[in-house]
Amino acid sequence: MTSHLQLSDITKTYGHFTALDNVSLSVDKGEFVTFLGPSGSGKTTTLMIIAGFEKASGGSVKVGGQSISQLAPHERNIGIVFQNYALFPHKTAVENVYFPLQMRGVGRAQGLRQAEDMLSLVGLKGFGHRHPKELSGGQQQRVALARALVFEPSLLLLDEPLGALDKNLREQMQIEIKRIQRSLGVTTIFVTHDQSEAMSMSDRIVVFEKGRIEQAAAPLDIYHRPQTSFVAAFIGESNLIPATITNAAARTAENPTLGGLDYSGTEVLSNGQKVTLLVRPEHIKLSRNPIEGRRNVRMTVETIVNYGDNALVIGRAGDLPMRVRVLGADVVIIKEGEECCVSWMRDSVFVITR
Amino acid sequence: MGVSLSKLTEKTDIWPWLLLAPLGVYMLIFFVVPLADVAIMSFVEPKVSFANYQKVLTGALYQRVFLNTFLTAAFVTLCCLAVGYPLAYLMAHSKPRTAMLILLLVTMSFWTSFLVRTYAWMVLLGNNGPLIAFLQMIGIEQPPQLLFTRFSSTLAMVHILAPYMIMNIYSVMKKIDPALIRSAESLGAKGWSLFRHVYLPLTAPGIANGSVLVFVICLGFYVTPVLLGSPREQMIAGLIGHQVDEFLAFGLGSAMAMVLLVITLVILTIYHRRFGLDKLWG
Repeated sequence: MTSHLQLSDITKTYGHFTALDNVSLSVDKGEFVTFLGPSGSGKTTTLMIIAGFEKASGGSVKVGGQSISQLAPHERNIGIVFQNYALFPHKTAVENVYFPLQMRGVGRAQGLRQAEDMLSLVGLKGFGHRHPKELSGGQQQRVALARALVFEPSLLLLDEPLGALDKNLREQMQIEIKRIQRSLGVTTIFVTHDQSEAMSMSDRIVVFEKGRIEQAAAPLDIYHRPQTSFVAAFIGESNLIPATITNAAARTAENPTLGGLDYSGTEVLSNGQKVTLLVRPEHIKLSRNPIEGRRNVRMTVETIVNYGDNALVIGRAGDLPMRVRVLGADVVIIKEGEECCVSWMRDSVFVITR
Repeated sequence: MGVSLSKLTEKTDIWPWLLLAPLGVYMLIFFVVPLADVAIMSFVEPKVSFANYQKVLTGALYQRVFLNTFLTAAFVTLCCLAVGYPLAYLMAHSKPRTAMLILLLVTMSFWTSFLVRTYAWMVLLGNNGPLIAFLQMIGIEQPPQLLFTRFSSTLAMVHILAPYMIMNIYSVMKKIDPALIRSAESLGAKGWSLFRHVYLPLTAPGIANGSVLVFVICLGFYVTPVLLGSPREQMIAGLIGHQVDEFLAFGLGSAMAMVLLVITLVILTIYHRRFGLDKLWG
């Protein structure tokens, strides 16, 4: 694999405000990378700098080894799907898809044929003659995708393209986009603030926060081995327990409320070091009585949120808020206001040093 | 209280009509009745016949004036478009301060009575006016006649009607989603091709609105062509005025007015079928 897109020390400032702070990233050819982060974290700004609509204050953007920092958007050969699709309302679906070919001097007959082929690929065979307003949201989305891909761009950028769709359609489009992206092998950057979208679609997730990259890793790595408390809290649900390492060799730590805690991992830590321990709610076992052979923590149940197949039990262990995910069938053992025991395996505890 | 809500709303059903009543009565007395009077007069003055219409539709003078009116209106519309489109573009796409300044200039000119503006042009273009003086100063011995020509009336009408064009195009330009332009750029469009394939078609509704408005208003323009134009190149409203004021030919004048009205309505109907009249006012 060769690095296809290379961002080096991208910085963007607006007056005194730093929107992007030394963002560096390398994306492989054919890779599907998601930029994930809360609004204002810099993910969209980075996308706009890659597209050429924003100018970076510093750093460089390279595609296939060539710097594109000095190129105007129309010279970059990058396909973009915008949030609201940005289809030309005065053109039919097939004319929309033909447009980038038209701009590249492809003749009408051949270009329209190519556009029709691309529409078939995105599952819109026979819809070419319709205007955007005669298409559903999902269909418009497909046209926008076809238009961004028909000219074989060096990169495909997707700017929160699923935000306007309802839940079922969104899941369907997630699968569709993945399928099309794989079949064409196009290097893709996908911007979203929806973590489940990021989890299900990406080869790699880049988590943005305050203009910096917090972590860039495969989805499961991000979930199970977050490098910062922000990533741990932002991705999925988490119990973050502040603790002090008591014995680095034996891998034990201590929290003032919960007492001694065991942790896993291979990171080299030192005694007395302040860390954060991450325990995912689904890794916590809830029981009426203490379980033998484990460290048990007493928790007072405050709220139970039932989802049918599972339930979220929210409670408090001393001054520490706790969230426990239990199977729907198991929730009957406990009521709001009662006290119970929670416990977990050593392997479920991940240490975060930042 | 014992009065149910549905009864209350049932009772209030006549309220909208009551509120409309004053305007309705006003329109009836000052618009519908006089218009009907003109329509009737066109058939009964000086005696009951179609003679007036026959004259209007077949007489060489009237045909020439109608044709001249249409050509003038079309030309004024084109000029307004040529002046208005770039100006609207500047307003829609420059920095807020610049945009405000242009908007202010356009609306100020728009709010000034067109009679005042017409007289202002008389002063500017007159034989003792500053423009002639300037032409003499730069060495043109015999400056051309500016006032009371087709040039002066067209210039003034373009000036008076351009704001209609500008505001219509501006309101459409302002509403264009910037993502459309960005998306066109990302797809490889720039400069002229971006304008021709994306920007121009997106602003077409504004051009259509503005053009119809300017054209229709121009068809019935009276004061400006009469005061500034050449007497030999009359427009239809001026001719109607002549018939009524000087020849007391009320029937003939009325017939001409009715023909103009019908033509205007036909244009508006065609426009409505194509674009929808409701969009005409932005």
